[in-house]
Amino acid sequence: MSKKNRSYIYLLVGLVAVVGLSFPLEASVNSYDMRIIINIGISMILAASLNLINGFTGQFSLGHAGFMAIGAYTASALTTLVFGSAEGVTQELLFLVVLLAGGITAAIAGLLIGIPSLRLKGDYLAIVTLGFGEIIRVILQNIEPLGGSLGISGIPRYTTFIWTFGILAVLIFISENLMRSTYGRGFLATRDDEIAAESVGVNTTKYKVIAFVIGAFFAGVAGGLYGHYNSLIRPLDFGFLKSVEIVVMVILGGMGSTWGVLLAAALLTYLPEALRKIDLFGVSLSDFRMTIYSLALILLMIFRPQGLLGNFNPKEFAGRFKKNGQSKKSKPAVS
Amino acid sequence: MRKLLFILLSGLLSGGIISCGNDGSDGGEESDVIKIGHFASMQGDIATFGQQTNNGMLLAVEEINAAGGVLGKKIELKTEDTRSTTQDAGLAAEKLISQDKVTVLLGEVASSLSLVAAPIAEREKVPMVTPASTNPEVTVDKNGNVRKYVFRVCFIDPFQGKVMAKFAKENLNATRVAILKDNANDYSVGLAKNFQETFVGMGGEIIAEQAYEAKQVDFKSQLTAIKAMNPDAIYVPGYYTEVSLIAEQARDLGITAPLLGGDGWDSPELTKGKFKEALEGCFFSNHYSVEDTTALVKSFTEKYAKMFNGEAPGAMSALGYDAMYIVADAIKRAGSTEAEAVTKAIGETRDFKGITGNITINSQHNAEKSAVVLQIKDGKFTYFATVAP
Repeated sequence: MSKKNRSYIYLLVGLVAVVGLSFPLEASVNSYDMRIIINIGISMILAASLNLINGFTGQFSLGHAGFMAIGAYTASALTTLVFGSAEGVTQELLFLVVLLAGGITAAIAGLLIGIPSLRLKGDYLAIVTLGFGEIIRVILQNIEPLGGSLGISGIPRYTTFIWTFGILAVLIFISENLMRSTYGRGFLATRDDEIAAESVGVNTTKYKVIAFVIGAFFAGVAGGLYGHYNSLIRPLDFGFLKSVEIVVMVILGGMGSTWGVLLAAALLTYLPEALRKIDLFGVSLSDFRMTIYSLALILLMIFRPQGLLGNFNPKEFAGRFKKNGQSKKSKPAVS
Repeated sequence: MRKLLFILLSGLLSGGIISCGNDGSDGGEESDVIKIGHFASMQGDIATFGQQTNNGMLLAVEEINAAGGVLGKKIELKTEDTRSTTQDAGLAAEKLISQDKVTVLLGEVASSLSLVAAPIAEREKVPMVTPASTNPEVTVDKNGNVRKYVFRVCFIDPFQGKVMAKFAKENLNATRVAILKDNANDYSVGLAKNFQETFVGMGGEIIAEQAYEAKQVDFKSQLTAIKAMNPDAIYVPGYYTEVSLIAEQARDLGITAPLLGGDGWDSPELTKGKFKEALEGCFFSNHYSVEDTTALVKSFTEKYAKMFNGEAPGAMSALGYDAMYIVADAIKRAGSTEAEAVTKAIGETRDFKGITGNITINSQHNAEKSAVVLQIKDGKFTYFATVAP
């Protein structure tokens, strides 16, 4: 079987697993746990999409919440203001359309921001993207038809387990495949040494913009999912802190390691909820949960600076068991 | 060594996660307590408000339990933190309802956070009472349908804006007023809008409208623009965090017109230290006055101070206290903890004597009651007038 076909089969298996899992899960899990699971899924999409930009291409973007906001507002506004009274369309089709619209609007914004600013490097890019995120928030705050600072409320709840994790499966498929293509090599070359890459004829700006646009698209879709789950979105939720939260997931997971980033997104979303329930010596930890959350981040960065799965290569790991320690010496991680 | 520590740390984390996976579900059986859930901003931007409401509720619960509880059962208050974010508001409300199986859900001060929980309460058919969310949409959705399970015990934004407009026109004889609102805060924008509508309707004039954003610290440019218009009064319906600074900078610029505000001013922090003089003589609308000498309010302020180290109760504490009592009263009248019966009983609350006035829940599920206007004198909030609905 060719490698290309195999990756499609992986995607199919993933999608079937999501659908298959959803029924027993929805029957057995209460709505609180379901909410945690869906929040984890949305965080995973956000983190994996930022990983394309920050991890694979090595560009430090601090404006991911801005793209999420654009997607969330486009999708939610379409559902509540435009399609609110549409009849004869199934809910699933409508949701797919608004999610895509949210993603595409975010991608266009990514393109507009990316072309001029991705010629900048390092700290400068971080500042531009940070400014972009804040500008989006302030603009949304001042648009009266979109609810101003209260935001859009009463968004119908369309997001389900299947939608969230189905989209996540597609994103993983795309990013894993991308990394094995010409584009992926271009991303990595740009990250590893921009000057060297340019000197051998790699158009680094092009690759940066492509990574940026794809990342922005999925952030927009994640925003749409978030809005249609939480029933209310407001500009305040897409501030600087949200961007930082996503960046932390990528760094903690290990820049450029898709599975590590997914793991970190799951852990960081679940940790504050887990801390709600723990009692230590009769003192409820829920009041200190954000302190413990920060402490866990600091400790992990001290003892695991390369990220949770920073230099982890699944194939090598499997090989180690098969050949009983005869695997090749570790190579720098690709995925 | 590092590896060992890493393994230890991750073991600890996952241990914590696994160990707490299956608690909380055993709560359904015990029938000797009535569980009331409270989701509140115990941390985050508006943590003072969340902690104040929670303290008010704790005091109410202690009193009710000391008097024998409700229907022979003790009340247990379960509080969950929302970090002042919508994501956590949803999680907290959902946890209280589906895992802790609370009889009634109480919560949020911020309207946007209540708006996340309201659809959840509707879906799960659990009565929800918000102590202090003033946005009309919390109880009546955008299409004008009253949410069956959601109530509030405070007045709404339009009323508070109206009260101050009426007060400015009639008591202060102001005709030219400037507005300085917090654009990042839906509460502030709502109050400003309703103030403007009423004030202009009464023949007044809004001569300047300026905006700032929460967490800003320099307001000189807005204030300079306002000063140039020479207003009779300035309406600043923001939260206390910025209002103190605004007042100080206004006085520095030589603006002598009084500042007017809403219940967002109500915090001991407002007039602390150097801000005391800047706010002297200013007015704001509120839910109740600490100075009220009726026996009810007096015993509340005394007990509150005793329970929380001498702290004076804010309006949020009083609203939390009232919300808890109204729920207890409704359960008593319903004669059961069954959701439909309790919901019906809450909706039938008439003329309940609370700390924040006589509360009647109307057909829109809002509380009908009067507001008070307080004046700041010598750093203290003194009673000035009562404005009826």
